[in-house]
Amino acid sequence: MEDMVEHDAAATQDAGAGGHWTAWLEARGIRLSRRPASAGPLRRAVDGRVFGGVAAGIARRTGFDAGLIRALLVIGALLTTGLLAALYVIAWLVIPADGTDTAIGTKALTDKRGIGLALGLTSLLAVGLIIASALHVAWVTGLAVPLLVCAAGLVLIARNAPESERQYLRDLADPVAPATGGRRSRRLLRIGVAVLLLIAGLAALLSGHASTYQLLLPLAGVMLLVGGFALALGPWWLRIARDLVGERQARIRAEERAEMASRVHDSVLQTLALIQRRADDPHAVTKLARAQERELRSWLFDGRAPGSLGDQAGTLADGVRLLQQEVEAQHGITVEAVTVGNCELDEELTALLAAAREATVNAAKWSGAPVVSVFAEVEPGSVSLFVRDRGCGFDPDAVSGDRKGLAESIRGRVARRGGTATIRSAPGEGTEVSLVMPRMAAGSPRGATAATPAGRLPRRP
Amino acid sequence: MSSLHGEAAASAQPRVFIVDDHGMFRSGVRSELSGDVEIVGEADDVAPAIAEISKCQPDVVLLDVHLPGGGGQEVVAAVKPDHPQVRFLALSASDAPEDVIAVIRAGARGYVTKTISGPELVEAIRRVAAGDAVFSPRLAGFVLDAFASGVAADIDRPSFDSELDQLTAREREVLRLIARGYTYREVARELFISVKTVETHVSSVLRKLQLSSRHQLTRWATERRLT
Repeated sequence: MEDMVEHDAAATQDAGAGGHWTAWLEARGIRLSRRPASAGPLRRAVDGRVFGGVAAGIARRTGFDAGLIRALLVIGALLTTGLLAALYVIAWLVIPADGTDTAIGTKALTDKRGIGLALGLTSLLAVGLIIASALHVAWVTGLAVPLLVCAAGLVLIARNAPESERQYLRDLADPVAPATGGRRSRRLLRIGVAVLLLIAGLAALLSGHASTYQLLLPLAGVMLLVGGFALALGPWWLRIARDLVGERQARIRAEERAEMASRVHDSVLQTLALIQRRADDPHAVTKLARAQERELRSWLFDGRAPGSLGDQAGTLADGVRLLQQEVEAQHGITVEAVTVGNCELDEELTALLAAAREATVNAAKWSGAPVVSVFAEVEPGSVSLFVRDRGCGFDPDAVSGDRKGLAESIRGRVARRGGTATIRSAPGEGTEVSLVMPRMAAGSPRGATAATPAGRLPRRP
Repeated sequence: MSSLHGEAAASAQPRVFIVDDHGMFRSGVRSELSGDVEIVGEADDVAPAIAEISKCQPDVVLLDVHLPGGGGQEVVAAVKPDHPQVRFLALSASDAPEDVIAVIRAGARGYVTKTISGPELVEAIRRVAAGDAVFSPRLAGFVLDAFASGVAADIDRPSFDSELDQLTAREREVLRLIARGYTYREVARELFISVKTVETHVSSVLRKLQLSSRHQLTRWATERRLT
């Protein structure tokens, strides 16, 4: 907002001085005058970045307008046939981001698989470029070096950037990503574009050569080249691909382990803690142990996860009601549950419910408050769950990392499914856990009125 | 309130009448409230309640939603026209939305669950006596639900009074926090507004709840009960 005002003021001033084109530029948000430069080392900007924040960082360091620097970068990249773009990517790798001191490149040096992938990709690209040069497509070869550098650099960035930056890049790529999805219309679109490109490429090739014979000779050479490269580099490419698949599987396994750990924590560990507290009451201990045994058996042999609630409950409101009943029965406190709207439980919402249950159990066990409030609201775009108590509260920053309940069963469980968990608490002021899960497909947002299938009810005028 | 103002304090104590069919509950409430409010009478069914309330004219009637001889709303409907200054606070253990909405629509100034603690009940009574509205988390949830579901459904009926049929964004925010278990004071702190403003918002929601002509509201409550 402030920027806009300044731009406008500067624009009128310059127009008075007679510079029409500066006024034109500034009306478009590009400021030519310099502002005082900031001191300190050069850092990639996080606020106001478009890609890596290099231009914004340079703008801040030198005092020139970021839009101006971006325009110069684009023009420069065009004039140097992409060399400047390659430099940009290198700068992205080498310059640390705001608030950090290590560049992505430093981390990338230790990422063996990433380097392998980058090399594999560049070698593949190189083969393609060699083929192109054999076909005398001169303008492609002019781009060769910058293209290779950019590809390799971007691979390393995508693999080694900090999580926040990767999220930003994913959001940036979001409009493009669905094109690779399985939707029929998208697939048709993709195939259409591919066919167009092939036709255009063939046309370009044929128009540059006088006869078919003249075309066949280089094509044969290209075939031999491809065969040679495939023989020489093929095994290496395969290994890289296999490594990547292995890495992905390892990540999935780690996630499964985390999921399992939080399940065990919610059921077995919780029960063991309860048993320790009630060691003097053999009747209660037997009851707890038997219930736990039943739960564990149904998990191991019937695949019904403990603490999930989702198997018995079809809708969110059912799930909240079950949660209320279970926690009230197990811990002898009052759970005041309010649900607004309703929807079917899917995997994400089941995880959300399980996290809410854990938060409620935590409140019942530690807060000392006689009443815990649970509020669930279904909105078209998201489902929110709040668990609140007016008990003793705690300092969230002071909780040690090994308290599995908070870190894994609540935060981790929700985060793995794309939701967020916020915990607000202070000693003496109670605790509130807010859990929000975005709704993906959300067939038809079912309001409360639709909580029963409309057909079953007599419609009133 | 020092002893010098003892008399003023006594007259400031709201005069409360209890209507509930469980003797245990009545005596429990009586002992919990003693000292903070003046209990002027009690009744266990609709007919005696109407007669007694008309006679002793309390400030606040604590009204059980479920009574053997009919719903609590019948008491409100019978007393309200002749004694508009008598205010009703609905109490219920069942939480069936149909009953709660009915008793509020009949004219009750608020609704709380029977699990409410003594001090909280006293505060709720004071609020109702002062002419404000009292919403339990559950009632706030009901209202959010009922008013959220109908916006699209009512588009084909442009004759609706839109002001009465919709909640403002602020009212929604206040209700949401109440549904999350916040007290009025906590709501005020969270939204950076005064407690008085919170009361104004809640009263305005109550008015909408009572006056809105949307059939949606009744239908919603009925359907909720059937599920």
